[in-house]
Amino acid sequence: MSAARSKAAARTAAICGAVVLGMTGAAFAAVPLYRAFCQVTGFDGATRRADKASSTVLDRTVTVGFDANTRGLPWEFTTEQTRQVVKIGATNMAYFKVTNTSDRPATGMATYNVVPASAGPHFRKMQCFCFEAQTIQPGETVEFPVIYFVDPELATDPETRRVDELTLSYTFFPTDPAKPG
Amino acid sequence: MATTPAAREYSGTHDTHPEHADSDHKPGFFARWFFSTNHKDIGTLYLILAIVAGTVGGILSGLIRWELYEPGLQVFTEGSLLDRLGVFEGKHGYNVVVTAHALIMIFFTVMPAMIGGFGNWFVPLMIGAPDMAFPRMNNVSFWLTAAAFVLLMITPFVDGGQGLGAGTGWTIYPPLSTSGHAGPAMDLVIFSLHLAGAASILGAINFITTIFNMRAPGMTLHRMPLFAWSVLITSFLLLLSLPVLAGAITMLLTDRNFGTAFFNPGAGGDPVMFQHLFWFFGHPEVYIMILPGFGMVSHIVATFSKKPVFGYLAMAYAMVAIGFIGFVVWAHHMYTDGTPINMRAYFVAATMIIAVPTGVKIFSWIATMWGGSIEFKVPMLWAMGFIFLFTIGGVTGVVLANAGMDYTFHDTYYVVAHFHYVLSLGAIYSIFAGFYYWFEKMFGVKYNEILGLIHFWIFFIGVNVIFFPQHFLGMQGMPRRYVDYPDAFAFWNQVSSIGYFIMVAGLAFFFIMLAEAAIRRRKGVPNPWGIGATTLEWTLPSPPPFHQFNDPPVVRAEGH
Repeated sequence: MSAARSKAAARTAAICGAVVLGMTGAAFAAVPLYRAFCQVTGFDGATRRADKASSTVLDRTVTVGFDANTRGLPWEFTTEQTRQVVKIGATNMAYFKVTNTSDRPATGMATYNVVPASAGPHFRKMQCFCFEAQTIQPGETVEFPVIYFVDPELATDPETRRVDELTLSYTFFPTDPAKPG
Repeated sequence: MATTPAAREYSGTHDTHPEHADSDHKPGFFARWFFSTNHKDIGTLYLILAIVAGTVGGILSGLIRWELYEPGLQVFTEGSLLDRLGVFEGKHGYNVVVTAHALIMIFFTVMPAMIGGFGNWFVPLMIGAPDMAFPRMNNVSFWLTAAAFVLLMITPFVDGGQGLGAGTGWTIYPPLSTSGHAGPAMDLVIFSLHLAGAASILGAINFITTIFNMRAPGMTLHRMPLFAWSVLITSFLLLLSLPVLAGAITMLLTDRNFGTAFFNPGAGGDPVMFQHLFWFFGHPEVYIMILPGFGMVSHIVATFSKKPVFGYLAMAYAMVAIGFIGFVVWAHHMYTDGTPINMRAYFVAATMIIAVPTGVKIFSWIATMWGGSIEFKVPMLWAMGFIFLFTIGGVTGVVLANAGMDYTFHDTYYVVAHFHYVLSLGAIYSIFAGFYYWFEKMFGVKYNEILGLIHFWIFFIGVNVIFFPQHFLGMQGMPRRYVDYPDAFAFWNQVSSIGYFIMVAGLAFFFIMLAEAAIRRRKGVPNPWGIGATTLEWTLPSPPPFHQFNDPPVVRAEGH
């Protein structure tokens, strides 16, 4: 190759290399972007937080079911109510209870999900205990409240207007998965 | 039409003269084949790798069909042949075989054959270049691919956590590939994919640089042969999609070994995100495997119809369109994972749009044949077989593109039948078509036409007997990747397994054909195909000199 050509070739290759680096970066940038996307849209059953209660309350009711699980923790995690029949838009409170049945303290973190996934964005929580590490002493029982309302948009969103039953599911995982308690 | 007039007006004839023997000096055996920087030798190495890997992958699929020949467990169970050999043990062994079959066929058979093999061999020849832009990097690409293949072949003998080997399927979805496979086998698979991906990225950079900077004078992009176009587009797809796979599997690796939680919902991650990243790579990947085939088939159909390819520019830009749309349809692989209905609607529509440029290609091939003086030589039969079978696979693809249908067909044998029609019967057919088309050019000897015909017809019957019944099995609800099935599925599974033996008989004639050609050594001519073969490689002797086009040919195309 002539000098001019090999310079042009090096330039093309450098641009290609930059594209490769850019796409690799984009793959990792997808992690925070995907999380933000899920939180904004409620994609895949992610729920949204709300700062204040709904201003409108509809006359329609839906049934909210509650589900509690643990994975890899010596905890007994239960709901204090299996279901609540609530008015859409009305603020409600539900309780979850955790007892550490082992003889040493353990730390766990809860994740949650709403089924059906399409109803996720309309399940608004004003207070919850998710994504915060909770340390529970041996034999101790802790009660966690969740304050929530079902957004009136549920009744108008074409994907969810026929939904009359939601389930909120929590799972406690050990914060250090390598050493399950 | 670019490819037609180019060669006839080709004026750089220096290389065809034998007195330029100094340009044909070959290094010794070891230096030539192990340190190779010659694009033709590297192409040959890639083809050998593809044949070896394809044989291994084919044997693995034989184990699958053997197990599924009748209900119950025969092969992947205690006391069987495999159990006594100590490989692929138990039901997990079946998963390992399915995984290895897929990865070998995708990364070490189809991609090396199409891009590494024919791409290296013929892109420089077709554009009138003396070699690839970065010959040393080309060598690195090949040996990285070979090393990746070795890594993958080690995995079935290494602990995978469930038994020997990784049985995740080629999609390596977490959590099965993270907490589900504790042993090092999965890490080896990830490293293997890293290496194969790095090799393909380097190869793609090489092709893009070569095609953009080393075309002969007068060889504008719009006069460039369609195979070079297809490799250029494929290279862009590789460049944009493989880094995303690399990122996703790096996250898998750190999730597995360093306590990160990209895909672990217990710590705020999301396994569905892996599926998005994987299929952002995975869907362009299926076009990576078929686009070079499109390019080859265009040349072969034009050659044996003795007509220029119909709608050259439309053919080139249809491939561009397929490549472009291929990046925005990935979620059609994951309709059933909770994707909201509006997103499903988008992905259904976008996916079906791909049928438009694909239809442009199919109809242009038919229009090329229309009114042509068609010779039904072996490469032409493979090319026509490709068009026919790829169309069947395309039609079932349109069926599967519908989210409503896919809810039923997802992960059934219908999907298996679909992608084997486009890949096993599409991509592999185009590889055989290209292999026979360029056989004499590459190796300088003629193959036996009768053996080629027998290979084609037996293989054609065999693969159809294997895969057509799988549509029925899928529609009846037989799930893929299962080691066993209820008695209701027995009949068509048996038919499918019989088809495998027919296909093996066909492949035997492929190897007989190779041996016959190697023993008889009938000397090849520069252009065995006559006036239909118009691209630059046919102006060179067969095999081409070790170095060609030191004086670049000048391409003129007044007739264009």
